[in-house]
Amino acid sequence: MDTHAAYKSRWLPWVLLLPSFVILILFLYYPTIETFVLSLYQVAFLGLSKSFVGIENYKILFTDPEYLQIFKNTVVFAFFVVIFSMAVGLALSVLANQRVSGWRIYRLLLIWPYALSPAVAGVIFLFMFNPQSGIVNYLLTITLGIAPDWLTNPTLAMGLLVFVAVWKNVGYNVVFYIAGLQNLPGEVLEAALIDGATPWQRFWRVTFPLLSPMTFFLLIINTIYAFFEAFPFVDLLTKGGPSNATNILIFNIYRDGFEYYKTGMAAAQSVILFIAVVFLTILQFRVGEGRVHYGG
Amino acid sequence: MKRKRLNNLIVHVLLIFSVLVVAAPILLAFIFSTQTPAQIFSYPPRFTFGTAMLENYSIAWNQFHLGVYMKNSFYIAIAVTVGKTIISFMAALALVYFRFPLKGAVFTFILLTLMMPTEIMIVALFDLVTKLGWSNSYAALIVPFLASATGTFLFRQQFLQIPTSLVDAAKIDGAGPLRFAWAILLPMSLNVVAAMAVIQFVYMWNQYLWPLIIIREGNRQVVQVGLRMMTSGQDATNWGIVMAGAIIALLPALVVFLLLQEQFSRGFALSQEK
Repeated sequence: MDTHAAYKSRWLPWVLLLPSFVILILFLYYPTIETFVLSLYQVAFLGLSKSFVGIENYKILFTDPEYLQIFKNTVVFAFFVVIFSMAVGLALSVLANQRVSGWRIYRLLLIWPYALSPAVAGVIFLFMFNPQSGIVNYLLTITLGIAPDWLTNPTLAMGLLVFVAVWKNVGYNVVFYIAGLQNLPGEVLEAALIDGATPWQRFWRVTFPLLSPMTFFLLIINTIYAFFEAFPFVDLLTKGGPSNATNILIFNIYRDGFEYYKTGMAAAQSVILFIAVVFLTILQFRVGEGRVHYGG
Repeated sequence: MKRKRLNNLIVHVLLIFSVLVVAAPILLAFIFSTQTPAQIFSYPPRFTFGTAMLENYSIAWNQFHLGVYMKNSFYIAIAVTVGKTIISFMAALALVYFRFPLKGAVFTFILLTLMMPTEIMIVALFDLVTKLGWSNSYAALIVPFLASATGTFLFRQQFLQIPTSLVDAAKIDGAGPLRFAWAILLPMSLNVVAAMAVIQFVYMWNQYLWPLIIIREGNRQVVQVGLRMMTSGQDATNWGIVMAGAIIALLPALVVFLLLQEQFSRGFALSQEK
């Protein structure tokens, strides 16, 4: 492991590490700790006064129905975004990985939304799903004779958010799944082929289990995406409405922190989200290191 | 053989369908970005190019200041991409090629920050950056993002795959660590540099929440938040102009991605898996 470490110097490695240390401590570690501290305070408007309230903020979080609703929304949103973007991503990757001509072009045309910002996707979908002038309701009217009011129906609004988030994120999963598929040991697949396994069996009995480390890695990454990167979608499309039906944690942290100036409450919600991320990351390291089917 | 042909055909049809679903929103946005309000609100909608292309794009660029915001986004995206690449390279160099005490702890310390996305600490980070007097400045948008676990990790993985005989040979030739890093390591890590360039540029170009909070002055704002401002006047939104803004805002990140997508797919996806 340490065979590369050919050089020895008392100070040079620390000098090389210094910029990373300064940035990470000042702008990642310190604010994270400070968030924990702030979550124990009630901060008055613009931070003019600060009073220690202990776990009062957390008590409110876990009893107030409005906050409980936000937790529920976050879980529902993350669940559907993760399931759909991974299932679609895997299906598309398997398709693009068939030995058809031009698979590189297909891959490119499937993954390019990775480079789009959530904000761009947000404003475009805002227009497309506009009940009056949007193209989606036009198409639904001429084909099915319906014109749903996307942003005033709680279920539809949540469905729309999930749809945008999935549309934007599928490409990311395709990048990883195609890389994973191409790294699979060919012998195993060939053996299954010779044994006369159908394509369906080959996929579920051989390919899918071999991809499990990748699937697990993506599960974590997609969950974190759903927790954080969805902010612009909510902000641009629904603003958490109608009546809080699409208000998810990251949006409410912004709202509590910077619109209602409830800094302590915003910090407490950040801590909850942080704990969720820590839990997921630990899980990833545990499972990712243990049960492994590395291809190459 | 015939069956294989049919199978191939089905795969092609499915893939073409998926590719179109993926592309449709952007293609439609581009078409509508050329239309006047009357053309957009016509019923049935028109799927052909309109007559207001130049006008829409110039209004988005000038009156909605996307030109200025684009420049700001370019500054911060390039500054962070370059800065983070250098800083991560240095950290990985120390971690792989030097023997020093507490190395394992240092690596863990860097890796732990993977669990601390900016969004999680925006309240405290806002306080800190405000106290530093950086609100409304480029520094607020650049400095907090200059170091990263991802970058250090990617370079470290790359270095570990380079045969140790190279560093031994360099040492025998009398090359110090910095000379070795510059003359041998860097040229051999260009794939990681390219992957970093895509990841970081796209990441910074697409920043939204943090600039929205910390930048309160118009002329320092970034392009993604600029888009938000275009939609805030809900009632009389001229969608043609907003779509023009969206197309402008997506181009730079898309271009960088298209230029480096091969390196991105290989360098990033594979090294993450290992």
